[in-house]
Amino acid sequence: MRKTLTAIAAAVFAVAGFVAPASAEGEKFVLVSHAPDSDSWWNTIKNAIAVAGEQMKVSVEYRNPPTGDLADMARIVEQAAASKPDGIIVTIADYDVLSGPITEAVARGIPVVTINSGTLEQSKKLGALMHVGQPEFDAGFGAGERLGAAGAKKFLCVNHYITNPASVERCQGFAAALGVELGNQMIDAGQDPAEIQNKVAAYLQSNPDTNAILALGPTSAHPTLAALEQSGKAGNILFGTFDLSPEIAAGIKAGKIDFAIDQQPFLQGYLPVVFLTNLARYGVMPSNSVNSGPGFVTKDNIEMVEKLAGQYR
Amino acid sequence: MTDERIKQVSALRRAMIRPELGATAGTLLVFLFFLLIAGDSGMFAPEGIKNWTVVSAQFAIIAVGACLLMIAGEFDLSVGSMIGFAGIVIAILSVQWGLPVWVSILAAFAICLLLGWVNGMLVIKTGLPSFIVTLAFLYILRGLTIWLSVLTTRQTIIGGVKDVAQNDWLAFLFGGVVFKDLFVWLADIGLIEKFVAGTRAGQPVVEGVPMLVVWAVLLVAVGHVLLTRTKFGNWIFASGGDAQAARYVGVPVARVKVSMFMFSAFCACVFATCQVMEFGSAAADRGLLKEFEAIICVVIGGALLTGGYGSVIGAALGAIIFGVVQQGLFFSGAESSLFRVFLGTILILAVILNTYIRRMITGER
Repeated sequence: MRKTLTAIAAAVFAVAGFVAPASAEGEKFVLVSHAPDSDSWWNTIKNAIAVAGEQMKVSVEYRNPPTGDLADMARIVEQAAASKPDGIIVTIADYDVLSGPITEAVARGIPVVTINSGTLEQSKKLGALMHVGQPEFDAGFGAGERLGAAGAKKFLCVNHYITNPASVERCQGFAAALGVELGNQMIDAGQDPAEIQNKVAAYLQSNPDTNAILALGPTSAHPTLAALEQSGKAGNILFGTFDLSPEIAAGIKAGKIDFAIDQQPFLQGYLPVVFLTNLARYGVMPSNSVNSGPGFVTKDNIEMVEKLAGQYR
Repeated sequence: MTDERIKQVSALRRAMIRPELGATAGTLLVFLFFLLIAGDSGMFAPEGIKNWTVVSAQFAIIAVGACLLMIAGEFDLSVGSMIGFAGIVIAILSVQWGLPVWVSILAAFAICLLLGWVNGMLVIKTGLPSFIVTLAFLYILRGLTIWLSVLTTRQTIIGGVKDVAQNDWLAFLFGGVVFKDLFVWLADIGLIEKFVAGTRAGQPVVEGVPMLVVWAVLLVAVGHVLLTRTKFGNWIFASGGDAQAARYVGVPVARVKVSMFMFSAFCACVFATCQVMEFGSAAADRGLLKEFEAIICVVIGGALLTGGYGSVIGAALGAIIFGVVQQGLFFSGAESSLFRVFLGTILILAVILNTYIRRMITGER
């Protein structure tokens, strides 16, 4: 019996060792994301808050609902507010679910900065100090400006998640920059790579005057690239995409892809920590929200990006 | 002493062979642990207490259903999917179809009870393990949930329930708060903080006791009385202990098991309704992994995976342990990925402790 109890006590203390607070000095901030544990994209943000925490000598905790359940996320925001941090950084993954807990945190006098998902209007309505993210329409607009300057006239927007309103905004922004109607230049590509490849090939065959393509992420960019290679058009057609992947990086290097749009998640984690620290220490805060994207990755800067991909980019 | 039924048993021994002994000790340990390492972090301030109480209550609601079903000798792995499904049903009926919210809630309960009945009948009629039957329903219900929500709204989150649920009498029973005046008074005498800014400035940060907590207490009380004070409770133990022997002495085993499947579905629907009413939206991915969390609470609470042994009070204590550990680790500033390491450790420790104590006392091998 005594042996068992000793073993249990030892185990409890071993676990207690884990849970010592990360930093006793400096301000304490909490970042609450909506991403499930399996989402690797958020690793960049985790690295960003670690860097910012070290530089500013503050502690920043990262919290997320393990399964991505947004109701669980709402509880985490409530909990974050109850622990009285010097600031909360939170995504607006679902306005309905999160508006209660976020406005309550604001009403308790805790400075809140929203990042990533959600819009400027939603952020303002919640009483947040600012929003750090990539406005989707503007990102598409920026892409349109670039390819327009290179001579894009008729384009194809390969949308692999048409149910998400943000994805449609990207295509609309692109069309607006070119000064044309979106119309049927956006296709609902679906998620299956073979299907996407065939749809793109079919579209290009029936619309031979298309001279530019916008893909909304690796899911649609990879099969699109395959379709271009098969028809021998790779490199002869303007091609921009959202987000980065090893294949996209190789495509940029080979001159088959003109650019990838990076929403620079690093800034979404880094800037709020810096801003909130300065607010806590000196009472200063920029008065406008920050567009962390679009950041363009082209042949000129691909090398540095490639080296940092997955860590800081 | 010829009849062991009238043998004198010491009070200590009677206390030691109760299934919830391990969970009681565990609850005290967990509270002690967090008072020591997170006592000044806001965890034991009113808002902190509300936070882990609500989370524990959520676990307790599904744990009561899972507990009675497990004592009756069966599992329900479809609880998590049932939560997502019931929520979407309520949202579609009320927001998309424009039915009154109380009608939507009653309809969701009717559908869930029916699904629980189907689960139970399939297990009884086919003789398949409930593990397989309810695993199938885990997928069927999740798929149906996503399909239904995309079909009616083209998205997987349906919002706007809050607007239609205003002034609905049944919605209040799931999403409201009670004892508001008491909490305003507590804030006035300074025991609870008040909001300092915004439209709710001057109101207490803890508004009252959420109905979710009331439901949890109610379900635990009903489940405990049902199990320990009624004939039906004995039938539950008998069905899970040895179904064949129970049948020989006249216990309607099929009826007991099917009604426990229905009760488990009922609890899942209570959970879902409270969630939808509180947050004002339903999502197709709600309730992921909740079936296992319910089972973990029951096991920490001292029930046997093989059925026939356990207690509702134990399951409720298991839910408190789970909730306090999950939220407490946050208050103490632990790395969030380590929460599951801690949870797994607690689960194993609890089971070892329970088994050890039971063997020591009952002399079973």
